[in-house]
Amino acid sequence: MAAVADIAHAGTSAPAPRTAARRRERPQAWRWIVLILVGLYFAIPLYAAFKFAGFKAFPKVFGQAGFVQAFTLSLRLALITTIITLVLLVPTTVYVHLRLPGIRRLMESVTILPIVIPPIVLIVGVLEIAPGFLKATPNLLALEYVVLAMPFAYRSLDAGLRALDLKTLVEASSSLGARLPATLWRVILPNLRTAMLSAVVLTVALVLGEFTMASLDLYQTFPVWIVNFEQSSGPVSVAASLLALIVTWIFLMVIATLGGRRTGRTGSAVTLFSVSRQDIGGSE
Amino acid sequence: MADTTMPAPAPGAAAAPGAGAGRPPAPILRGLRRVAGIVPFTVYVALGLLIPTVAVAIKAFQNSATGSFTLSNVKAASSGIYFEGFKTDILLSIASAIIPGLIGFMVAYAIFTARRGSVLRRVSITLSGVFANFGGVPLAFLFIATLGSTGIVTGWLTDLGFNLYNHGFTLFTALGVFLVYMYFQIPLMVLIVLPALEGLRPAWREAAENMGARSWHYWRFVGIPVLLPSFLGCVLLLFGSSFSAYATAEAMTNGTIALTPIQIGTFLNGNVIAGQENVGNALALGMVVIIGVIMIAYTLLQRRAARWLR
Repeated sequence: MAAVADIAHAGTSAPAPRTAARRRERPQAWRWIVLILVGLYFAIPLYAAFKFAGFKAFPKVFGQAGFVQAFTLSLRLALITTIITLVLLVPTTVYVHLRLPGIRRLMESVTILPIVIPPIVLIVGVLEIAPGFLKATPNLLALEYVVLAMPFAYRSLDAGLRALDLKTLVEASSSLGARLPATLWRVILPNLRTAMLSAVVLTVALVLGEFTMASLDLYQTFPVWIVNFEQSSGPVSVAASLLALIVTWIFLMVIATLGGRRTGRTGSAVTLFSVSRQDIGGSE
Repeated sequence: MADTTMPAPAPGAAAAPGAGAGRPPAPILRGLRRVAGIVPFTVYVALGLLIPTVAVAIKAFQNSATGSFTLSNVKAASSGIYFEGFKTDILLSIASAIIPGLIGFMVAYAIFTARRGSVLRRVSITLSGVFANFGGVPLAFLFIATLGSTGIVTGWLTDLGFNLYNHGFTLFTALGVFLVYMYFQIPLMVLIVLPALEGLRPAWREAAENMGARSWHYWRFVGIPVLLPSFLGCVLLLFGSSFSAYATAEAMTNGTIALTPIQIGTFLNGNVIAGQENVGNALALGMVVIIGVIMIAYTLLQRRAARWLR
C-alpha cells in the first residue's frame, strides 16, 4: 500500500507522466461531450418526426401514387451523375497531378465555384440556354448535378492523389512496359479506390437530396415528390422524408463499409506513402 | 577551355539547330497536347457553369420587353424589398457560417482524433454526407415537430415552466431559420474541414509535447495559427451555402422573411409584374457579385493555408 502511495506521489511530483496520463484521458471526455451534445441536436428532431408520423405511416409510403416513379427517377439520376463524375474527374485529376501540377490551385478555385454560385442562379441560366431536346429530359438535371457534385468529388480525388507517390508509381509502371491507359486502369485506380469511394458517396447523397434545381426544372425527383405530396397527407409525407434519410444513409454506409474493407490493406500503404513523402520534404 | 570542348559537341550543336528548325510549331503543339488532358473538363465547366452564369448576367442588363441595354433591373434589385432581402440574407448567413463553423470544427476534430477506419469515424462521416444534403420541406417538418407550437421540445420546456411561445419565439423568424440551417451547416463544415485537419501532422504535436507544451500551448502556438486560414476558408464556404439556400428557406419562411433566393424563386415561378421579368436575373447577378467578393477572400486565405498544408 505504501509503495502504491509512493508511486502515486511520485507520479504527481513528476510532471511528465502526469500530463501524459491526463492528455490521454481528457480528449476522450471532451470528444464524447461534443459528440453527444451535437448528436442530441440531430437526434431529437428525428425522434420528434418519428413520433409525429407514427409507425403505421411507414408502410403506406410505398403504396402512394408516384412513389415508385419518383424514387426510380432519383436513383437513375444518381447513377448517371456518378458515372459522368467519375469518367470526367478521375482522368482529369490524375492528368493534372501528373502533367500539370502547376494548375492545381487554379483547379481548386474552379471546382469550388459550384458551392458558391447558388444553384438557383445556375438553374436560371441553364434553363435560359439549354437546347430544347435537353430540357425535355430529366437527364439535364444529371448533367447539372455533376457540376454541383464537383467540389466534393474533386476534393476527395485530389486528396487521394496527394497521398500517393504518383510519379514513382507511374515511372515504375512504365519501366515495366505499361502504357499510360494501362497504368491508369491497373495501378492508379486500385490505389485511388478510397478516394473514388468518398467521391461516389458524396455525389449520391447530393443527388438523392437535391430539391432546388429539380423543382424549378419541374421534374418529380424523390425530394420534389415528397413536397408535392405533403399537401395530401402529413404523416405519410413525414414518414417518406424519414425513409429517404434512412435509405440514403444505409446506402452510404454499405458503400463505405464495402470500400473500407476492400481497401483495408492498401490503406496502410497509402499512409506510408504520404509519410515518406513528407519526410522527403513534400515538394510541390 | 572553350577551344577544347568546341569540337566535341559539334554533332550535338549541329543536331540542335536541326531540331530547332523543326521546332517552331513544336512548343505550341506540345503545349496544346499538354493541355489536351483537361479539355473535356474545361468544356464541361464552361457549358455547365460559366455560360449559364454569364447568360444570367447579360439578361440582368436587358430590358425584358425589348432586349435593349438598361440599368433599371439592377436599380430595382438593389432597392426596396430586394435590398432588405440581401441584407437579411447576408446577416443570417454570417450567423449561420460562424457558429456552425465552430461547432462543426469541434465535431470534425473529435472524429479526426478517433482511430482511422473506426466505426465512429465511418458513421459520422456518412451521416455528415447525408445531413449536409438534407433540407427543404422534410427538414422543415423535423423542426416543426420539434420546436413548432406543438413540438416535443416546446412541450418539454413548457413542462419545465418555460413556454417558448410566450416569450415571443416562433420557428418562422430569423432565429428559427438559423436553428434549422445549423442542421445542414454543421455536417457540411465537418465534410469540408476534415481534409484540412488531415494536414495537421502528429509530429508537430509530438514535437510540442517534447518541448513541454501543454494542450493549450499546442493550440495557441501551433494548431490555431496553422489551421486558421483553412478554418476561415471553410467558414466562407458555409456563408455561401447559407446565402444560397433555397429549399429550406422556402419551406420555413412562407414569405414571412425576405431572403434573396426566395425572391428569385418567385420570378422563376412566373409571379412577376410585367416588364420586371429580368429583375430576377439582376438579383441572381447580385448574389454572384457578393459571392465573388467572398471567393476572392477565400482564394487569398487558401494561398496562406497552402504554405503550411502542402
